[in-house]
Amino acid sequence: MMLPEEVTKLIGKAGEVHVFQVEKEPIRRFADAVDDANPLYRDEDYARSSKYGSIIAPPGFISSPWFSRPKSGTPSPSAREELRNALQKAGYTNPAAVDAGIEYEFFCPVRAGDTIAFTSTIKEIIEREGKTGKMAFVITETNYTNQNGDLVATARGTVIQR
Amino acid sequence: MAKQLYWEDVEVDSEITPLPKVATTQMLVKWAGASGDFNPLHYDDPFATASGVPRPVVHGALKRQWLIQLMTDWIGDEGALKKFSCQYRGFDFPRLMKTMAEPHEGETWQCLGKVTKKYVEGDDHCVDCDIRIENAKGEVTTPGKATVVLPSRG
Repeated sequence: MMLPEEVTKLIGKAGEVHVFQVEKEPIRRFADAVDDANPLYRDEDYARSSKYGSIIAPPGFISSPWFSRPKSGTPSPSAREELRNALQKAGYTNPAAVDAGIEYEFFCPVRAGDTIAFTSTIKEIIEREGKTGKMAFVITETNYTNQNGDLVATARGTVIQR
Repeated sequence: MAKQLYWEDVEVDSEITPLPKVATTQMLVKWAGASGDFNPLHYDDPFATASGVPRPVVHGALKRQWLIQLMTDWIGDEGALKKFSCQYRGFDFPRLMKTMAEPHEGETWQCLGKVTKKYVEGDDHCVDCDIRIENAKGEVTTPGKATVVLPSRG
């Protein structure tokens, strides 16, 4: 199996830089959706007296797809859409991309009020023959930094396209 | 929060305090809204069928957060999650809602784990763990690993 050039040319290409503000209310909604009652994510007084000194975001909050959504009205196609279109032409026509897993390394806490910048790079695309036909494992690495320039976390995610 | 766990309190094979979870269609809607994941695989029956699954499935990232909560509940405010990974190996299907607030009877998932290694690295008192989500049949749908730093009594 050989991936066409229009797919392979996307490997190693760093995507656009996304920037977002870490806000208390989205943190609380995120924790609510997980059913995680940890007061560090919602109780200002409690969080203030903790070692963090303020409300923090749960590990994993930073990879919410909200933060990579285009903010303007008519955006150019995102790197993800570009890849999807290219894979579709290469015969990967299943309507759904399926999340296969993630690996994180966390370096410092994410606090309400932080500004996080991140960029994702497609590291690898591996084709395999599965029970239900061919699969492409798309491995993406994302680095997150805060307003002080500190590396906050790295994530290595795998998505399967059939 | 529960009382703080210290590095000295755990040994290899120590069990992480289990965290039971129930996925419901309502929870998936909340998760979609809170995370921004609008993949129809998680709420649209015909789309799910066309994608090769019998009905909408629980988001992998929601299961990831369950396992992250398993760890953060266990390590307490003074602990820190350093490394975390999980793989979505099997699909999980949410319970349907019976009332506005209550799901039908059905599956309860268990987030579980145990300590595999305990060591000191520089100033950090580290613990490695194997973690997993089991469905009601006891099948591991979501295995993973975590490394945490715990406070030490010195």
